[in-house]
Amino acid sequence: MSQFLAQPLGWGTGLIFAGSAVALLAVVLGFVTYAIYFERKVVGWVQFRHGPTRTGPLGLLQTVADVLKLLLKEDIIPALADKPLFVLAPLIAFVPSFAVLATLPFTESIHFADLGIGLLYYIAVSGITTLGSLCGAWAANNKYSIIGGMRAAAQMISYEIPLIMSLVGVILMTGSLNLIDIVNKQAEMGMWFFIPQILGFGIFIIASLAELSRTPFDIVEAESELVAGHMTEYSGFRYAFFMLAEYVYVFGMASITTLVFLGGWLPPFEFLGFIPGIVWFILKFCFMVFFYMWLRATFPRMRADQLMQLGWKVLLPLSLVNIFVTALLKEFF
Amino acid sequence: MGTVTTEEMMLNMGPQHPSTHGVLRLIVTLDGETIKKVDPVIGYLHRGTEKLAEDLNYTQIIPYTDRMDYLAAMLGNYNVVHCVETALGLEIPERAEYIRIITMELQRIASHLVWWGTFLMDIGATTPFLVAFRDRETILNFFNELSGARLTYNYMRVGGVKWDVPPGWVERVGEFVQYMKKELSNYHQLVSGNEIFLKRVIGVGTYTKEQAINYGLTGVMLRCTGVKWDLRRDEPYSIYDRFEFDVPTATEADCHSRYRLRLEEIVQSLRIVEQAVAQFPKDGDFMAKVPRVIRPPAGECYTRIESSKGELGTYIYSEGKDKPYRLKFRRPSFVNLSILPELLQGENMANTVAILGSIDIVLGEVDA
Repeated sequence: MSQFLAQPLGWGTGLIFAGSAVALLAVVLGFVTYAIYFERKVVGWVQFRHGPTRTGPLGLLQTVADVLKLLLKEDIIPALADKPLFVLAPLIAFVPSFAVLATLPFTESIHFADLGIGLLYYIAVSGITTLGSLCGAWAANNKYSIIGGMRAAAQMISYEIPLIMSLVGVILMTGSLNLIDIVNKQAEMGMWFFIPQILGFGIFIIASLAELSRTPFDIVEAESELVAGHMTEYSGFRYAFFMLAEYVYVFGMASITTLVFLGGWLPPFEFLGFIPGIVWFILKFCFMVFFYMWLRATFPRMRADQLMQLGWKVLLPLSLVNIFVTALLKEFF
Repeated sequence: MGTVTTEEMMLNMGPQHPSTHGVLRLIVTLDGETIKKVDPVIGYLHRGTEKLAEDLNYTQIIPYTDRMDYLAAMLGNYNVVHCVETALGLEIPERAEYIRIITMELQRIASHLVWWGTFLMDIGATTPFLVAFRDRETILNFFNELSGARLTYNYMRVGGVKWDVPPGWVERVGEFVQYMKKELSNYHQLVSGNEIFLKRVIGVGTYTKEQAINYGLTGVMLRCTGVKWDLRRDEPYSIYDRFEFDVPTATEADCHSRYRLRLEEIVQSLRIVEQAVAQFPKDGDFMAKVPRVIRPPAGECYTRIESSKGELGTYIYSEGKDKPYRLKFRRPSFVNLSILPELLQGENMANTVAILGSIDIVLGEVDA
């Protein structure tokens, strides 16, 4: 695929490039549609409910109907809102969420940009989304929104750091920021990074949950306090964009976790190597998505100030310790 | 560098807000996320129950009490009939008393279950709500069999209860008690030890024993400060003196102690129901001989019971007619809510919902 992507840009190849981008978009949108369905089913299952059952067979069309409804809704912009910013904010939140997908390798051959700094790119670009939340919160001119937006900004800044720091251990061991190299290194070592980097893995899971602002770190849109946080004034398709961005990040974060810590497309045992890599990738990826939903059904929400304390006082020092120990081990063994 | 000016923000929480438990409105003055001042505004659900009661005869008042604390309608029913019975000096048949005890204690459990679910919902956990509602459903089904209603029962009457228990009902209640005793350990497993939960509730929303007494707090809100005061034990009404049960207390007076006490009270209520089921009389009347028109003798009468929220009292001033001249309810939700502005002073925004949730108010009762 890398040779394919390296072809000179002509009309034919350009069309194929565009076609594959659309294909990825379709995969991601399909994922988002069924991730929401899956989430409702999983949470329903945990809570002795059925989840959606009525729209389509087994309720499979529920999300499609929901999205359709959102798209058909009246587009409301509050009278006192900052109009241009209010319109722009969902886009700022949503565009980076798709832009980060370009670097994700799904298997050794199925990937788009084979970027040397893939991991860094992912984390850097995904940070832009916070700006969208903050803009939306500010533009909506709603007090709940502003509190939600401030919380979003504080949370992202505090958790971006341990998130990156927890990855440094892996980067040290691999010596590369390229996601394909990271997976290949795991194949070479014969074990996935979550074993040697168990501390980094733990920090990464916690920080990634905070980045996704999912339970127990969903303080940004803490329903019982802030109604809907920065999305309070949004409705219709603008709201859909925010939600879409959120679920695309679930896709992205589950993929990154799979690639960096769970061995990507590698089979758990050598003799299972005959099963194609993409199957392993999807299995691990689905496990991560299920994990997020499982947590959501189980945990209460943390308080904003406790979240900050956890981020700065616990996760950051621990991730530094992790880097130090990793560097020492790498130097002497 | 210019100076940064900060501004206090006034935030209107409610009457339409996901976690003000109905139509409570809090005018909150915020400095960042710290609360400077809270002004609760109540009355959005005021229906003038006490005034309406002046034009109703005593039996007609009962359905109005269903709608005060709508999560504990049986206790509301009993509250008013108990006052009228005391004024009349009525002898209540044994069987009726047992039916009342069983329904009241089941109601207390149901009310605490709703509290458990909604309190955790406020803190951000969604599953406990459905767990609690599943078990509350069983209790509602029991009441449905008795009265034909699931929420507003209108079941008790001056002198007894409206209907006898259906065959097999008492035995099934006994089975439910056994089931619930086991089930409670799952409740603890799901929530009680959760580190995030503990961090949210320990040491949050504390007050002293003196404050509690000065504000007239009752029920769990009082017992969590260490005052052992439960009207079922200290001023036994009905036949509560026949049962063995403890009055759990705590001394921390924080949200966590209130959480523990309510769950502990479910255990005690289960104990009472268990004993009542064992002692349940095989036969007998479920209604006393009551005159067709109820006319309490002229004068005043005040009685109080321990409801799921606290001390629920009825004051009747009778002129010897079939309608009260004046009727007043002491509503524990209203009294307990009065400490809220003081508790929220200087608290974090996120603690607001935890503290408000731990008080256990029902807006129907606050506003009456």
